[in-house]
Amino acid sequence: MARYFLKGNEAVVVGALVAGCESFYGYPITPASEIAHAASEYFPTLGRTFLQAESELASINMVYGAASTGQRTMTASSSPGISLMCEGISYMAGCELPCLVVDIMRAGPGLGNIGAEQSDYNQLTKGGGHGDYLTIVLAPNSVQEMIDFAILGFDLADKYRNPVVIAADGVIGQMMESVSFPEDYTPLYQDKPWALTGDKNSERRLHTSIYIENDELEAHNMRLQEKFSRMKAAEQRAEEYMTEDAELLLVGYGSVSRQLKAVVNNVRQRGVKAGLFRPVTISPFPAVRLEKCIRGKKRIVVAEMSSGQLHYDVKALVGNDIPISLIGKLGGNLIEEESILREVL
Amino acid sequence: MKKIFKKSDGFYDTFFRKPGDDKQSTTYCSGCGHGIVHKLVAEALVDLDMLDKTTFISPVGCSVFAYYYFKCGNIEAAHGRAPAVATGIKRALPESYVVSYQGDGDLAAIGTAEIIHAANRGENITVIFVNNAVYGMTGGQMAPTTLIDQKTTTTPRGRSRENEGMPIKVAELIATLPAPVYVERTSLHDISHIMKTRLAIRKALRFQKEGKGFTLIEVLSQCPTNWKVKPDQAGEWIKKHMLPYYDLGVFRDTSREAEQRTGGPMNRKASDHLKPGKLMEKIGIKSESESLHSSFSEKMTIDHELKIRIAGFGGQGVLYLGQILCQLALKNEYRATWFPAYGPAMRGGTANCSVVLSNREIASPIFSMSDILVAMNQPSFDKFSPFVSPDGYLFCNSSIISVEPDYEAELRDRRIKLVSIEATSLAEEAGFSFSSNIVILGKILKTLPYFHKEDVFSLIKRKFRNKEKLIQFNVKAFTLGFEA
Ligand code: SF4
Repeated sequence: MARYFLKGNEAVVVGALVAGCESFYGYPITPASEIAHAASEYFPTLGRTFLQAESELASINMVYGAASTGQRTMTASSSPGISLMCEGISYMAGCELPCLVVDIMRAGPGLGNIGAEQSDYNQLTKGGGHGDYLTIVLAPNSVQEMIDFAILGFDLADKYRNPVVIAADGVIGQMMESVSFPEDYTPLYQDKPWALTGDKNSERRLHTSIYIENDELEAHNMRLQEKFSRMKAAEQRAEEYMTEDAELLLVGYGSVSRQLKAVVNNVRQRGVKAGLFRPVTISPFPAVRLEKCIRGKKRIVVAEMSSGQLHYDVKALVGNDIPISLIGKLGGNLIEEESILREVL
Repeated sequence: MKKIFKKSDGFYDTFFRKPGDDKQSTTYCSGCGHGIVHKLVAEALVDLDMLDKTTFISPVGCSVFAYYYFKCGNIEAAHGRAPAVATGIKRALPESYVVSYQGDGDLAAIGTAEIIHAANRGENITVIFVNNAVYGMTGGQMAPTTLIDQKTTTTPRGRSRENEGMPIKVAELIATLPAPVYVERTSLHDISHIMKTRLAIRKALRFQKEGKGFTLIEVLSQCPTNWKVKPDQAGEWIKKHMLPYYDLGVFRDTSREAEQRTGGPMNRKASDHLKPGKLMEKIGIKSESESLHSSFSEKMTIDHELKIRIAGFGGQGVLYLGQILCQLALKNEYRATWFPAYGPAMRGGTANCSVVLSNREIASPIFSMSDILVAMNQPSFDKFSPFVSPDGYLFCNSSIISVEPDYEAELRDRRIKLVSIEATSLAEEAGFSFSSNIVILGKILKTLPYFHKEDVFSLIKRKFRNKEKLIQFNVKAFTLGFEA
């Protein structure tokens, strides 16, 4: 199988192209800019649309317009830009329009810096925009998954008619790794009887999120909630590594999960029975899998490049039965293997 | 009262989306200008045979429910964002028509960025801008177009120049941009001006149909409710308060010179379904899999995670040296990861990257202790040499790095092998001062023969495709390093 050596930020663009994404609207921001660079190169080469918008607000609203036509469409940004896009994401969830949003998370709050963090966790998984909505948030931990999740992300977006987010920390965006592609791929869920097609078929089609009568809005919301329940039931994803006999369970996602894996390998050699639980979807949170996984564990350590946002969800599930501690790194500094070792040994 | 709102064929027969029992009349107040503008737009869309191919964007404001009425594809946009939404639709469906219908709060306050940039890109859309000098739906607050001394619910003492600034003249503003094709301001204060508005709207839509580009019609329109005047007095109000400030007329018309465009310069029909391999070929990304010399024997093998840190000045090819090591590894069926220090760290003129090569899945691309350090300048040497593992290698560009004898002894104590190479001078000798990274690569492969030099040459050839001189320089640089 052909293998390619790609940067995470470039890979996600190529993955999207393979998924049949027709347009990219974006605004540059470090450390996500290579996504716009690659998109500006490759989309037009393939006769597809790339447009640098005037802001993240405009980007997500161009995506909203493109998505309303049934086209697969995407944008990408980093944390401060995602804050601005949350308005549009809420509207798209309200209108049930699918799209892919890539967030290469940097350090906050405010301007913060461009180092890697995972502190968009709450913003992405608990809403971010206004209203009761849910997006599927995929958290890749390799360049390969930047491709795989771009493809999966578009399928899930179309399946549920809902925005899907790829939440990668700066490390995954910036690193290079060898990757491969599926031999062939055909987009799923391409029947879109709701799409505005610019012809007579669209005469009675409408996309709106306004329901002026309370009862109507309630009914609309209940429909959405029912859909979100289906998403929660069907789309929880997690990876487990040596958890079966583990007494010490490490929990982390994104690039951190790879450091945790190195730690598991390391301490196993020293006779410590450690395992790794890695949420692959941080929304919906893989509660069912984690609940099973924690059975019989003596200790849990959560590691994240944020101040306990993931820890909060894990703790909510674990309760007080098992001691649980947090390694939370902030400010754009990476978690060093040594500091994890110090905590677990 | 005269019934102005006679139903056009551009409207749904019954307003089926409208809640309540009355599915025939609109939601607008009596004497409101929206009804008139709706009718003019609907009739024009029918008469110009555009209706079926039109997507109508309802804004936020009193016309938020414009989609109750227009018999075409409908979408509602967030406050101010309609021109961006229009852009996304038009680029996706360049053969279709898009009408963005916006009020003054929507377009001239929260959406100023979106309208200016859509206009400036010359999006082939038509914007109907309804200016009634007030926020209608939200309760009569000040709009950017509210007149000086006009009382609103947020300017109870009247708008003042000192506090709120002057009312924005949107038509004039948009007309200063080079791209728009047609910009006119009209008014609804009497029948003859309604007829002028009718013509202006038709013109704008026709230009869109002809693919000429961006058109905007600003319509001075009645809001008797918030002006607190009787419906039949609202025309007078426009005349008395708006016309002295807002000039009517055409502010821009380049329709004669405008070339036909559909949706935007980069918009082309999407390509057919491509298999990933074909797609990669088309966008020019090359596979790393063709391993050329991996069958050679007498090589060292990597049977663990080999952690390599490369550091130096920006411009010394630090990042590329890391990448070429990864590519060599991939050619030889190893795994490889590459991670750069990015951001401000780069701007100060220093660069470094972390490379991991392995014969199995690589856990983490990040490490603190390296097996190999390549230090290309003094600051990198000073910063990273304490983080080399015992039995590790330290390649050092001795052209510009000096190692104190004491420190050399310390490195020996730590069982670190110091390999010095005059990389900068040898690069100059090779004829290309930017090739010190390749000189060092030569030295690395001589010291640690993990890969064959033929593989290096083929990668250099690929990197500097069609640049014979650069290939020669780099091959020479490698050879000098290899033989040094
Ligand atoms: S409030 Fe003003 S703009 Fe709104 S519907 Fe009534 S008259 Fe028209």
